[in-house]
Amino acid sequence: MAECHPVGYQWVMEARERGAKVFHIDPRFSRTSATVDRYLAIRAGTDIVLLGALINHVLSNGLDFREYVLAYTNAATLVNRDFRDTEDLDGLFSGFDEETGRYDPSTWAYEGDVPEEEELTEGGKRHAEAAGSDSYGARGAGASATPPEDPTLTDPRCVYQILKRHYSRYTPEMVEELCGIPREQFDELAEAITANSGRERTTAWVYSVGWTQHSVGVQYIRAASILQLLLGNMGRPGGGIMALRGHASIQGSTDIPTLFNLLPGYIAMPHAHRHDGLDHYLEREGADTGWWGNRRAYVVSLLKAWWGDAATEANDYCFDYLPRLTGDHGHYATVMGQIDGTVKGYFVVGENPAVGSANGKAQRLGLANLDWLVVRDLVLVETATFWKDAPEIETGELRTEEIGTEVFFMPAASHVEKEGTFTNTQRLLQWREKALDPPGDCRSDLWFYYHLGKRVRQRLGDDEIDRPVMELTWDYPEIGAQRDPDAGAVLREINGTAADGRLLASLRELKPDGSTSCGCWIYCGVYADGVNMAARRKPHTEQGPVALEWGWAWPANRRILYNRASADPQGRPWSERKKYVYWDGTRWTGPDVPDFEEDKAPGYRPPEGAKAEHALAGTDPFIMQSDGRGWLYVPSGLSDGPLPTHYEPHESPVRNALYGQQSNPARRTVDRPENPYNPALSPRFPYVYTTSRLTEHHTTGAMSRPLPYLAELQPEAFCEVSREMAEEIGLDNGGWATIVTTRTAIELRVLVTGRVRPLRLNGKVVHQIVMPYHWGYSSGGVVTGDVVNDLPSIVLDPNVYIQESKAGTCDVLPGRRPRGRALLDLIERYRDG
Amino acid sequence: MPRRRDEMVPDAEFRSYYGQPVIKQPIWHEPHMPTYLYLGGMSGAASAMAAAARLTGRDRLELAARMAAFAGGTAGAAFLVAELGRPMRFLNMMRVFKPSSPMSVGSWTLAAQGGLTSVAVGSAVTGVLPAVGDAATLASGLSGVAMATYTAVLLADTAVPAWHEALRELPFLFAGSALASAGAAVMLTTPRAQAGPARAAAAAGAMAEVVAGGLMERRLGLVGEPYRQGRAGRLMRASRVLTLGGGLLATVAGRSRALTALSGLAITAGALCTRFGVLEAGRVSAKDPRYTVVPQRERVDAGRPASVPGR
Amino acid sequence: MAERMGFFTDTTICIGCKACEVACKEWNDVPDDGFVFRATSYDNTGALGASTWRHVAFVEQDGRWLMMSDVCKHCTHAACLDVCPTGALFRTEFDTVVVQSDVCNGCGYCVPACPYGVIDRRQDDGRAWKCTLCYDRLRGGMEPACAKACPTKSIQFGPLDELRERAEARVERLHAEGVTEARLYGENPDNGVGGTGAFFLLLDEPETYGLPPDPVVTTRDLPAMWRWAGGAALALAAGVAACFLGRR
Repeated sequence: MAECHPVGYQWVMEARERGAKVFHIDPRFSRTSATVDRYLAIRAGTDIVLLGALINHVLSNGLDFREYVLAYTNAATLVNRDFRDTEDLDGLFSGFDEETGRYDPSTWAYEGDVPEEEELTEGGKRHAEAAGSDSYGARGAGASATPPEDPTLTDPRCVYQILKRHYSRYTPEMVEELCGIPREQFDELAEAITANSGRERTTAWVYSVGWTQHSVGVQYIRAASILQLLLGNMGRPGGGIMALRGHASIQGSTDIPTLFNLLPGYIAMPHAHRHDGLDHYLEREGADTGWWGNRRAYVVSLLKAWWGDAATEANDYCFDYLPRLTGDHGHYATVMGQIDGTVKGYFVVGENPAVGSANGKAQRLGLANLDWLVVRDLVLVETATFWKDAPEIETGELRTEEIGTEVFFMPAASHVEKEGTFTNTQRLLQWREKALDPPGDCRSDLWFYYHLGKRVRQRLGDDEIDRPVMELTWDYPEIGAQRDPDAGAVLREINGTAADGRLLASLRELKPDGSTSCGCWIYCGVYADGVNMAARRKPHTEQGPVALEWGWAWPANRRILYNRASADPQGRPWSERKKYVYWDGTRWTGPDVPDFEEDKAPGYRPPEGAKAEHALAGTDPFIMQSDGRGWLYVPSGLSDGPLPTHYEPHESPVRNALYGQQSNPARRTVDRPENPYNPALSPRFPYVYTTSRLTEHHTTGAMSRPLPYLAELQPEAFCEVSREMAEEIGLDNGGWATIVTTRTAIELRVLVTGRVRPLRLNGKVVHQIVMPYHWGYSSGGVVTGDVVNDLPSIVLDPNVYIQESKAGTCDVLPGRRPRGRALLDLIERYRDG
Repeated sequence: MPRRRDEMVPDAEFRSYYGQPVIKQPIWHEPHMPTYLYLGGMSGAASAMAAAARLTGRDRLELAARMAAFAGGTAGAAFLVAELGRPMRFLNMMRVFKPSSPMSVGSWTLAAQGGLTSVAVGSAVTGVLPAVGDAATLASGLSGVAMATYTAVLLADTAVPAWHEALRELPFLFAGSALASAGAAVMLTTPRAQAGPARAAAAAGAMAEVVAGGLMERRLGLVGEPYRQGRAGRLMRASRVLTLGGGLLATVAGRSRALTALSGLAITAGALCTRFGVLEAGRVSAKDPRYTVVPQRERVDAGRPASVPGR
Repeated sequence: MAERMGFFTDTTICIGCKACEVACKEWNDVPDDGFVFRATSYDNTGALGASTWRHVAFVEQDGRWLMMSDVCKHCTHAACLDVCPTGALFRTEFDTVVVQSDVCNGCGYCVPACPYGVIDRRQDDGRAWKCTLCYDRLRGGMEPACAKACPTKSIQFGPLDELRERAEARVERLHAEGVTEARLYGENPDNGVGGTGAFFLLLDEPETYGLPPDPVVTTRDLPAMWRWAGGAALALAAGVAACFLGRR
């Protein structure tokens, strides 16, 4: 966090000054490790073993926050009797189909829940479809609001007992053997987090892509969620799990998404074969109980925001104008489509996949096979210049004169040259003013899409097929000589209006009847009463610590989600010390906006057949879930099992000591010649690598390498290796190393450091190499270097299709890499073994 | 010839930041600065000799000394200006007079020296205003001794260990060297019959230079190491051989033009070697953190850290 | 003269982000210092110099990684100022030491005079440069750019007396918490430079960070130097006289 979020890290430093004990768990000893109380070196890709052992520690020593767990989680819920755990199947859950490599999740459901009738099928088989998981908590298949429970937690089929059995083999010894964390360090961590949880204290977890970029990425976060729920650390001040983002407003780009499977506000993208009309879609995408029960109002208001008067009840509010999914349209699937020639055109906006995505060669081969490519960026990034300076030109795999891709480079405005909002990781929207006009032809993304849309519309006509575009509301006021659309007008559209044009104040005002419009239901209220709430800048010195008048947090300016859980079931604060939101006898109150209906008494019990929030009791804080509970066990929505389970990375030098199943059985592999894999346990690739970032640079370096002041601070691509590894291979500090995988080989400068230590796993020594990935072959860079992301393969988490770039295997040779054809020969030798 | 002392200062244990220097090395270039130090010293001592010759009525020697002092002063000034990062701003030296800055004192001294020796030579060459020329010569005797010795303060008044710690001996080393080199220059340009005092000066200066240098290296201990090692050590040793040889030769070269020339050249070369050697030793002592850290650490560990009370 | 202003750099909370280095360069328009991979931990700018006025040192030790943002010390007795022959270096109303770049003629004398190796001459420009403690910002009532940019308040700016008090309290607290190696560097007004306007809280000996353990302002010994030089001058005069006495 100190490394990549130094500004946010000041609060960790302050907490530490005030007595908080801070641990850092990372394969790499970073600037964070240097400034915490305790650093735990871990082998990349084994965090679920550690988290599982912590869960086991809590459960087997009865250290869970029992009252919280009983009331607010699904610990007591009974699970389908056909469910089989990894304990029973040596690392598999019930429902796995060897042939498709996918799970049929129907046996994972709660007792009495019937799986959906017509689940998506493939080859005649039911399976858990990914890329819908972001909204799965809302799925109809989710769970009933009142599943059968065993409050004594003794029924072997209750979640609590399943959990206990599942994690019983995650022991401190396993942690030592798989993670390389010594027993005493584990004990200290376990003691600290349990001693600092409960009524009086809370513990928070912070993670970033070190947890997500794995073939089991989603389950890493799930494991932390289980731990936090068991310890009562969710919905309470000082608790939670914070996801650190990789760029400004990455949170914003999932809220108003750049993801193929979502519409604004985490509404599922309609599927071509799964949905037939608005009603059918609404019926299938989300539960009727819990807050998602209101989804018709959100979807209809969104459609009204987009198509205005053209959207009527009679035409399903133009629901059929929405594009449809036909399967995986994620980044890597798109790249494979490019290589296959089925994807002809490509917009790349503020991204640099030629350097930033896994298996850079596959990325560039895709780019080279397009008809056209639009790149919008501040500088000529590698993605825009691949045709002349990609490594494949040097090796002869690509020839400039044979690349047919027409590249349109559109210079972009920087963040000070445009107005708008950033949404940060705690869902806080902060408005930025424009400081100056962008120079020359540089324009904001808003300008680009708006004017592109206008030009496209000029070229369309009255044909039926053109109507979705022609009928879009596309009428923002244009400002200044550059005719920038008014970003305030866009934010007002996102906020939403009533039929009379009045700006809505709250998402509760959204109606399913087409009388309201709202561009993103969770952002409703950001422009309440015509005031740009995101632009508020009242200093913390002039308001309380929750600072409700600084910016605006979705939803409804709530700063801690699910904060109903900060009070006990009766609505009293768990403790005076951790008092936050509580029931004062007539309503919920406290320093934050209650994440609950203000007047729903703790004693409220839903009547039979109640819908949406009314179906949840006054003691159900997790209001987005169909049962209002925090899910220790996930009965539906995940593609690779209801409980986090340790699987080795796809490329690992060690055997999975926990199960016969080596790697995540449901992981998505891309078996193509462009994407060869290092064999697991291969002695040819004995080292574990992980990629990383540095404070001095930003992602692929496009925003830092062209700047001398930043480039001089870390001028060359380098790797960090331990003294022992350097000695074993013959690497010199300041010299060169060549890193080899079956994809390619790259050369990096060597930094030999005591910060990296060899890990001793059950007697076997495993060396790790750490590589910051900020360099590339151009980007207008004052400094350049080999592309680290050319090393990882494309192997994906089955839930969200994120690549496993944080843990892989490689070989390391002293000296610089071969050039040209000789490089290909080297890789060939490694592949042939 | 002084015996080379082979005593090794035991390798002191010390810590540093990646072996990097603590202080900056002097940025003065070669040959500019050492040549200036030689020329300035030679000019200064030559002025003193011109004054002495005037007072004792040695006309030919006086003329030669006036010329040497003038040539050394103006050429030295040129080297000094060329050494500046912004030579066009050399007149900024005259903005202030700062006794706390040996460079400022030196600039004014050099200005005086340059001015006086120019007048002295101008008068001698043109025959205009001989009284003024004579007065300038006598005055330059005063500016000359300052000129020949201030450069030692110039070097010592830095954080460079091999210079700062040598603050006692450096002035004598430079004074001796100046006397020797002025003696050599005048001896070479004066008819043999009148050159006796110049030969004496060359010999006496050479002795003083060698003795002062020996004393300096002996007293400095660890920070004297750079004077004995590497390029600086070679230069200092060469200087000693040349100076001593040239000095001895000067005492016996009275009748031989060739021996006089040899003696003068040896002394001049020795004086140059001294300046190049001192500069180099300073650079080395600044570059290696050992010479900065070890003595300071010893002071601290001995419980007697430096103290200059604040205001 | 206004109150003496200075820096207290607390290395115990430095996270090595180098925001100070960059903010300093941005504000003061300092050029880059070259693009060299030094293989000295995360330090690629090496040391303070003409084009690096804040420098973050990275010291790797067994189990810990020390980071320290170094800067000009703005000494009470500043050797650079003392020895500057042109008056380009001067003491401001904030009791800080600043080079006037329109006066400096690049004689370079300040460079070896500094006992901390701070000031240096820029090769292409020919003049000497160093931290100004953002003199222009101070005159505008703002804090220096580095302190402003520091996310953890490792760099604190303020009246020196106040900073000294704060620093002493901080060290006391650290000692009470068992961080016995914490010590202040440069705050003592009776040290070899009469105390520094920029002082530090360190976790190891100063030389570990590249700082001199017991720096002395060289001009402390200047009177002695002039005396010895005077002696040498007299000796020179006497020597010359001796050569001219005796027979003709």
